[in-house]
Amino acid sequence: MAGTNQIQTLSVAASTEHLAEVRDFVAAHAQNIGLSQKDISEIRLAVDEAYTNIIKHAYKDSPTSLVNIEIGSNSNQLWISLKDEGKSFDPSTYSEPNLMKKIKEKKRGGMGVYLIRKLMDQVQYNRKGHKNEIRMVKNL
Amino acid sequence: MKNFSIATRQKDNVSILDISGELDAHTASHLENALKSLIDDESYAIVVNCSGLDYIASAGLGVFMAYIEDVRSLGGDIKLTNMNDRVYNVFDLLGFPTLYDILDDEREALISFQN
Repeated sequence: MAGTNQIQTLSVAASTEHLAEVRDFVAAHAQNIGLSQKDISEIRLAVDEAYTNIIKHAYKDSPTSLVNIEIGSNSNQLWISLKDEGKSFDPSTYSEPNLMKKIKEKKRGGMGVYLIRKLMDQVQYNRKGHKNEIRMVKNL
Repeated sequence: MKNFSIATRQKDNVSILDISGELDAHTASHLENALKSLIDDESYAIVVNCSGLDYIASAGLGVFMAYIEDVRSLGGDIKLTNMNDRVYNVFDLLGFPTLYDILDDEREALISFQN
């Protein structure tokens, strides 16, 4: 497989209804290239959190909007890219969640980006025109 | 919500929620409604048995975060039991084990409610 790229794409409406389908899409790719169950679980969760953030924050629950997902891999890396045309996300606002404070204040969000960064080796956000992309990489 | 299910039962004045399947931003409202309904019924001693839970995302954790303070202030608790390693790992990444009672099995949770 060295030197070859395997790329698959999925275009899906921005709705939590499709979460399981999106997780299964990336898990199938990860399984095909022989990743461990631990890596597959981590990739499933990372894509779930990224896609959920797009639904809730970029598109603010607008289920007719689309998210384009690409997953690819070579012998060294697996990457997942999610593209949307919603509101931009500023990754500098990210910080490690203070669970105790959130519980006291009954705030329940803000954990997804932290999880993604824990689960993946690299995370990049780009905005070009009105398109956002989050690209997550796992070293193999 | 075919990939998530929840059932409530009662044992020694403790309400037990058996959850199974995948808990994500789509299915979290199901758990939320079940917890709300227990609190409305003044059942504040709650065990969530996760033996059938295959997967959890942060939206699922958020439900536990939203209600724990209320339940504890009313003299109760939400104790979590029977998690598989993959599910526990997600709770652990976010620091839940220091703030929540996460126990190996349901029996331990029932005993700790009696003390």
